[in-house]
Amino acid sequence: MSGSKKHLQSVKVGHYKNTANSETEVMPIPDVVKISMSQHIGAPCKPLVNKGDYVKVGQLIGDTDAFVSAPIHSSVSGTVAKIEEQRSATGGSDVLVVIETDKKQEISEEVVIPKVGDLDGFVKAVRKSGLVGLGGASFPTHIKYNPNNLDEVDTLIVNGAECEPYITSDNRIMIEEAQDILDGMKLIMKYLNLKVGYIGIEENKPEAIAHLNDMIKQQGITNIETFELQSRYPKGAERVMIYEITGKTMDAGVLPAQLGVILSNVTSVAFVGQYFRNGMPLIRKRMTIDGDAVATPKNVYAPIGTLISDVIEFCDGYAAEPRKILMGGPMMGRAIFSDQMPIIKNNNAILAFSKKQSFIPEETPCIRCGRCHLACPFELLPMALSDAYDAGDAQKLSDLDVMQCMECGSCSYVCPARKPLGFTNKLGKALVKEAGIK
Amino acid sequence: MENEKKVYDKLLVTAAPHLVSPLDTQKVMANVLVAMAPAFAVGVYVFGLRVITLTLICVIASVGFEWLYNKMLKKQQTAGDLSAAVTGVLIAFNVPSSLPYWIAIIGCFIAIIIIKQLFGGLGRNFVNPAITARIVLFVSFATQMTTWPLPSMSTVTDATTGATPLGLWAVDKSVDIMSQVTNTEMFLGFIGGCVGEVSAFALLIGGIYLIWKKIISPIIPVAFIGTVFVIALITSGSFSMAIFHVFAGGVMLGAFFMATDYVTSPTLPMGKIIFGVGCGVLTMVIRIWGAYPEGVSFSILLMNVATPLIEKYTIEKSYGGAKKNEK
Repeated sequence: MSGSKKHLQSVKVGHYKNTANSETEVMPIPDVVKISMSQHIGAPCKPLVNKGDYVKVGQLIGDTDAFVSAPIHSSVSGTVAKIEEQRSATGGSDVLVVIETDKKQEISEEVVIPKVGDLDGFVKAVRKSGLVGLGGASFPTHIKYNPNNLDEVDTLIVNGAECEPYITSDNRIMIEEAQDILDGMKLIMKYLNLKVGYIGIEENKPEAIAHLNDMIKQQGITNIETFELQSRYPKGAERVMIYEITGKTMDAGVLPAQLGVILSNVTSVAFVGQYFRNGMPLIRKRMTIDGDAVATPKNVYAPIGTLISDVIEFCDGYAAEPRKILMGGPMMGRAIFSDQMPIIKNNNAILAFSKKQSFIPEETPCIRCGRCHLACPFELLPMALSDAYDAGDAQKLSDLDVMQCMECGSCSYVCPARKPLGFTNKLGKALVKEAGIK
Repeated sequence: MENEKKVYDKLLVTAAPHLVSPLDTQKVMANVLVAMAPAFAVGVYVFGLRVITLTLICVIASVGFEWLYNKMLKKQQTAGDLSAAVTGVLIAFNVPSSLPYWIAIIGCFIAIIIIKQLFGGLGRNFVNPAITARIVLFVSFATQMTTWPLPSMSTVTDATTGATPLGLWAVDKSVDIMSQVTNTEMFLGFIGGCVGEVSAFALLIGGIYLIWKKIISPIIPVAFIGTVFVIALITSGSFSMAIFHVFAGGVMLGAFFMATDYVTSPTLPMGKIIFGVGCGVLTMVIRIWGAYPEGVSFSILLMNVATPLIEKYTIEKSYGGAKKNEK
């Protein structure tokens, strides 16, 4: 497929893919893991274990009956030391199951290779695996794989764009675990009865593209192909990628399935391939550890629940005093206040920056240069939105389509006045919701 | 304990993104200053060293007024962002090289204090400060503002001042202006006029630099200059007269450096086209039928005022969204 002839607006951001060639290293099991009960969008899980319980690798330790949820499994074997609450990165509070590991990594009897025969069984198995959208949104995947208009859906798009600077974990998966990606795609396409599959990859990852192309060719797969995207930000955003590959315009609030597409992150799809091969639920995560405050940047496979400080210790510790630590990339990642936070399912990078690189630019007056508008993939008017927000005008915000904003931050990135336009849009969206404007 | 790890739990938390483009307001303005250097050099070559002192005085006065205003009103200091320096250079570019310094300083006061700061400072002025200052000086000090020193390469020996080519043409539109000045001289800038407007060549270099650096969009200059060319061609029927109108007066300076002022021109492409064409039409209307020989400043000023209206009617459809101005 040639894709859309027209490209959505985008920005050129430095790549900083320092770890693109760093083969993933498996981190040793830490002394303690803290497994959060809030690792997905939706209702948090309730812990199913108590202090003093012995847990094994892959054992179910948190679940809930809520529809939008995914179960949580132990990533280690060991003893539950306590159940504690900790302030979360978003400002709320998280329930953590603290496990002292015995480092034997005894595997739970619950870990069995799923046997499924139909879509219903497939969706149930995906829920059981604990999989959530690993691209960052952490939306429970089994819901995504079970659209209510399945007969209209014919395309699977696997997102390997990795448009965030620094992060290379998806690149490594495409090189190291390409077979899992193809297996995962075949399973999804088989059970959802999809006709074609695309793997969207930014052209700055030639090794991954060539490797996948070779494998597709060798294995004689005819209904899956790679799709090269421009190396510009934010080509990996769901609505942008669907437009670039299918040419279909996707409004905010519309699901990809309504456009006939299932879109899943490359890591999620690789996990599906793995899970149906070995039955091990989602208990570890490949992440890029980088930033100028990290001594040896690398790609790391860490058990979920590992403290960030332990992960950085594995990368030979801090090279400089960290001032800012990000979960995720520098464009959309979240700054966290403490390195004592645990790794959760959707982490694909931990970036630690020294004071020098954490410099907060000083906001100056808008000079109306219009760069924000030219950077916005959806051609919104961030400067006008910012004015409307300052005026508290919810109606104006809504008229200017603030709800279309996906908070990619391109506008803030290019703003010469250093105005936090993307963040203002986030606040603007909240204002519109509060005002109840449809 | 030796292996006690240091805990970092007071880290900086800010909203994403955590990276910004290296281009900030100061660098934008610095690029504009660089782009004005060729025209400045030609100005010095054509009109002599007084251009240097005049420009320096305008820059110092503009930045000084900006600094003083912020200081007195205890506002965020913006004198360092170079926007006032750009205004200062533009004021110097828009006056004759012989203008008394005190008049130039009045121009800087009008631009920085009255037009820019009293309307809210950088980004809030509704008209271009340098253009407005030029017009205020033009109507207040008509004699000094229309006394044009001869270019240094002039062969005239019995006078120190003379008319600009556009001035000659305006007095008698039937005169064959091309017999008195060549388009090559006009292009290079070896003619009478304001300090920075004479050399189309130097301004073109600066303009192309700004477009190449993505500081300005080419839409406004192309629409502005194109419109002037087309109207001149239609009304005169002469290709060389069309070229003459493009090179004469302030068209090149206005089109590249003043009509493209972010603050006072439309942001969206369609708005930029309307703005540029509007500037071109008004310029030619004033030149052909107006009482003044030159219409560039008035045309930009009028289009500045029309900008909010243009913006209102040119808002584009967002991706997937309903057309905004239909709501």
